[in-house]
Amino acid sequence: MTELTQLSLSAARDGLAKGDFSAVELTQAHIGAMDTHRDLNAYITEVPELALERAKEADYNIGQGRAGALEGLPLGIKDLFCTEGILTTAASYILDGFTPPYESTVTANLKAAGAVNLGKTNLDEFAMGSSNESSYYGAALNPWKKTGDNSNLVPGGSSGGSAAAVSARMCLAATGTDTGGSIRQPASFCGIVGMKPTYGRCSRWGIVAFSSSLDQAGPMTRTVRDSAILLSVMSGHDPKDSTSADLPVPDFEASLTGDIKGLRIGIPDEYRLDELDADVKALWEKGITWLKDAGAEIIDIALPHTKYALPTYYIVAPAEASSNLARYDGVRFGLRVEGDSLDDMYVKTRAAGFGEEVKRRIFIGTYALSAGYYDAYYLKAQKVRQLIYQDFVSAFKGVDAILTPTAPKPAFPLGENSDDPVAMYLNDVFTVPASLAGLPGISVPAGLSSGGLPLGLQILTKRWDEETLFRVAGVLEETAGFSGHPFDGEG
Amino acid sequence: MSLDDATVRKIATLARIDLADADLAPLAKELSGIMSWIEQLQEVDTDAVEPMSGGTDMTLSWRKDAVSDGGHADKVLANAPEAHEGFFGVPKVVE
Repeated sequence: MTELTQLSLSAARDGLAKGDFSAVELTQAHIGAMDTHRDLNAYITEVPELALERAKEADYNIGQGRAGALEGLPLGIKDLFCTEGILTTAASYILDGFTPPYESTVTANLKAAGAVNLGKTNLDEFAMGSSNESSYYGAALNPWKKTGDNSNLVPGGSSGGSAAAVSARMCLAATGTDTGGSIRQPASFCGIVGMKPTYGRCSRWGIVAFSSSLDQAGPMTRTVRDSAILLSVMSGHDPKDSTSADLPVPDFEASLTGDIKGLRIGIPDEYRLDELDADVKALWEKGITWLKDAGAEIIDIALPHTKYALPTYYIVAPAEASSNLARYDGVRFGLRVEGDSLDDMYVKTRAAGFGEEVKRRIFIGTYALSAGYYDAYYLKAQKVRQLIYQDFVSAFKGVDAILTPTAPKPAFPLGENSDDPVAMYLNDVFTVPASLAGLPGISVPAGLSSGGLPLGLQILTKRWDEETLFRVAGVLEETAGFSGHPFDGEG
Repeated sequence: MSLDDATVRKIATLARIDLADADLAPLAKELSGIMSWIEQLQEVDTDAVEPMSGGTDMTLSWRKDAVSDGGHADKVLANAPEAHEGFFGVPKVVE
């Protein structure tokens, strides 16, 4: 039944509708793949029994002619989404044993559309990281390896488990969340499509909060079409999230027209960094040529505040995180370490429950918000964030979309950046600006490095214009013709 | 930008995270490294710039100031490390 796991989400949807196979068979095949590739540590919690039960219901619904948009399609869910009755960890020890009595809005939407939840995928602790190495449950591994080199590589992060699971065919697609690149960078590292919608497109309700003005859920898939299908179901207004947009959700799949003639594509000069990997640079040039050959007009644009995006992010995100993570106090859920007093219990619980990177960010955020430093750091960062946003607003007066690399280099070996936080942060240099500006972005696998590792190209559009985003991404996917598979020759 | 041990101790207290004395100096060095990298923001002229405080420019929606859900004390307490008779349990705070 291996071949069922090779299907795209849309092909599996069509196969179920035609009765070529059942949802139970499809789910069983993926449970088999989860067994085979358990060494990748892509899932923190697997729920095969629940998945099969759901698949049986799906087969019944399909038989009755009342299939939902995702009826019977097995998905991985990033373990940052609260799932009713299923352990939810955020990959942190501090949420030890937490079983939510409620379902996040995004996963509730997927459930209502008939999707099958296979389990909860691994991530960096509280989604803070770019390599998945900060997970309390151990690093997830990239299914890809360098040609002729058996060393394990990181899948990227923070949605590393989702990216690894989608790439290794351990689910048809998965959910991710992206705060500064956490969907797009792992998608690039694992050779899949990762899409972050406009801030406000998906409800944040029931997603463990990291940085509330940046966090967005999005789909991680193997094709652009699958991404569009999944996003249509994930999005929508939710009164429980005041920042969720009260806008109609377009049929994103319909935007894949295959035609970008006359579209204006911006190329930002500021993204031509010296430290850019030669293969990434070459692929970006190829991507420009592909879009030009498809009839788009290529226009040089300026995003002058780009170099300040990362330092801005590393004030804004930790500041919001230090506030959001104040709720982990050993009283309401998760871990408690007993102490002599209430305060002693707090400090001991938080010292034992949070990992190094999470503590580092809480400290930075606490410092940036503390008396005497607020104006110099937090307020300053909010102002620079405005300038970064205005750069994009100006650029989009002359272009319809922007093409950039997703990450400055391909996947790296485990442990490579672990003693230099700033070097690790540089992974997100191309994804963070759009996050700060609240723009939609997508990473499309577009080629392999000289070492045989996947590389993604990123497309950005203005807020609420996911339709143009998918349209350009569809053409990029088609022309790049990426057909890479992490286990080439192994089936 | 250099953070001394006393500042790091103060931050850890504010953040309610226990920190061993031996960890102070290495952490001060690490945080100082990050903060000096962030220091480059100071070269940006932001005099007439309105701070951007959220991820969207849409007006946040309002709802009626009315109870829309509730009565789930058992669910709310289900994950508590300690709960008694409908309340969270904490170490004694009043002598």
